[in-house]
Amino acid sequence: MNENRDTTVETPGPGAAPPAIGVEGLECRFGDVVVLTGISFAVQEGELFFVIGGSGCGKTTLLRHLIGLMKPAQGTVRYSGENFTDADLAARRNLLKTFGVLYQSAALWSSMTLRENVALPLEQYTALNRREREEIVTLKLAQVGLAGFEEYFPSELSGGMRKRAGLARALALDPRIVFFDEPSAGLDPVTSRKLDELVLQIRDTLGTTMVIVSHELASIFTLADRVIMLDHEARGIIAEGRPRELAAANDDSRVREFLTRGEEKV
Amino acid sequence: MSPMTAVPVLARAETIAEGDDLVVMLGGDWRITGPLPAWRRVRGDREPRAVRIRADGLERWDSSLVRFVYEVQDWCREAKAPCDSTALPETVRRLVGQLEQAQEKRLASDHSRNFLTTVGLAATDLWRQTRDFASFVGECTLSAIGLVRRPGRFRWRDCLSEMQQCGAMAVPIVSLSSFLVGLTLAYTGAIILRQFGGDIWVADIVGLSTLREMGAVMTGVVLAGRTGAAFAAQLGNMKAGEEIDALETLGIAPVDFLVLPRLVALTVMTPLLAMYANCLGIFGGMVVSATVLEIPPSAYWIETQANIGLSDVSVSLIKSVVFGMLIAVAGCLRGLQAERSAAGVGRAATSAVVTSILLLIVADAVFAVLFNVLGI
Repeated sequence: MNENRDTTVETPGPGAAPPAIGVEGLECRFGDVVVLTGISFAVQEGELFFVIGGSGCGKTTLLRHLIGLMKPAQGTVRYSGENFTDADLAARRNLLKTFGVLYQSAALWSSMTLRENVALPLEQYTALNRREREEIVTLKLAQVGLAGFEEYFPSELSGGMRKRAGLARALALDPRIVFFDEPSAGLDPVTSRKLDELVLQIRDTLGTTMVIVSHELASIFTLADRVIMLDHEARGIIAEGRPRELAAANDDSRVREFLTRGEEKV
Repeated sequence: MSPMTAVPVLARAETIAEGDDLVVMLGGDWRITGPLPAWRRVRGDREPRAVRIRADGLERWDSSLVRFVYEVQDWCREAKAPCDSTALPETVRRLVGQLEQAQEKRLASDHSRNFLTTVGLAATDLWRQTRDFASFVGECTLSAIGLVRRPGRFRWRDCLSEMQQCGAMAVPIVSLSSFLVGLTLAYTGAIILRQFGGDIWVADIVGLSTLREMGAVMTGVVLAGRTGAAFAAQLGNMKAGEEIDALETLGIAPVDFLVLPRLVALTVMTPLLAMYANCLGIFGGMVVSATVLEIPPSAYWIETQANIGLSDVSVSLIKSVVFGMLIAVAGCLRGLQAERSAAGVGRAATSAVVTSILLLIVADAVFAVLFNVLGI
């Protein structure tokens, strides 16, 4: 994997197509406690976008607002210009089809085999017959390097394999956007690197927009086209840009410290 | 993949016959969630000698296109017709190749078993389960001996908490079920006895069958469903959360720490609940006798006292102690054997109830024979 590759994602000019994800003035609360406020950013089509920050800064909370598991106190989330936050049930269902999520624990349904796990979104949202669904399942599992594991249960797999199976499920409907919540959590460095390579390969093959919540510096520097950094005290975004540039020349010491692990060197 | 167009054009696959060859022209927006052409319909009843795939009008595509091309190529292989797909984007061809390889791998791994293998595996599994159960009972016995030797190390607080959970908290459901069973027995007995003018003997039927059979069995069934399943679910969850591993690495035997307090609690509380259930059962019979058969409660009570003895009470007590032990052992064993997943915990709870009730019925039958031989 080339660490210094050029990203092809550019910020669009006026009149261009709306971004894949547009977040405007988002406020996330738990009751009266404001976790994040004034969150605004855009993710372009095909971009590998990271949400970074220290533990407890609200990364996963932001992700849960983006995917509709939590309702924002204020602000909107738009997918390709369509309002997701205030969408009615039918529109929301249509938008849900356009993104997949890989959860921190993979969240595979433990009573179902990998084939059944990946096939469920296809059963729910496509008109494919059984044979066609099985072929798609086989393709998806092959894409993540799990060909031949169709009949395995999640409990029979290692942590890395479970993550890859979770990714296969997230990709089942060929979503335009895939969200990842701490994909490297609980994985050894080699497995984590392989997962990074897989993410990159899928983006390059299918042009999928990837939004990754992580604090793994190796993954951030290897994969990220752009990052936003959240901070617990600021309750919002304290930096936005390319990770190497932020690490080398950001004015905020918190950003440099995070990206250099306090060593001030990348 | 090309950028999304404002107005998506539906996926299409059109054909042109060129002599004996068939040209398949793919176009439009191929979305797996949208309407898709089917190769069977596209081909119709034609049997081309060769197929050529073109993709001039292709806009956006996903796995649905890959699968379609795979189906075309699969048909061509079977029909021994060459398939030219070089006009497709390189990524599509690569993914089709990946799907072909994966399909071969999938079809090669046949998981089906023949009848004899299934029977053999079931027999091996039954033997393993029997051995596990015997071994677990042995561990519990050793742990109980340890408790007698060093009672100070026993988790009394956990035991009392479990007693409250499986005993006091079960009183309402035990009350209802045993009262209704007594009521039902009285009604059933009255059908025959009234024909002979022997209404009063309803008290004997209800008293004897409640004490010797129904009180302990009904309490056992209720506790198997309520407490046995709860034990399995608690321990199964603890296993899934590596809590049991944490105990073992600290050198604490899970049987001493988790199983014995539950075993003692249920062994103590089941006979108490069974005695209570017996009283409620007899009371149920009394209510029916007083309201339907017009037998005064005093006459009913005198008849009951005259025909039930200490041996009947002992039978109920002995049975309920053993039932309590069996339910606790089955619940805890299934919990400790649970797979480390949500589904595993669910299966453990179900299995605990099934095992408990099965053991309870077997033990009840053994007691029936034993008490008959001993003349109790």
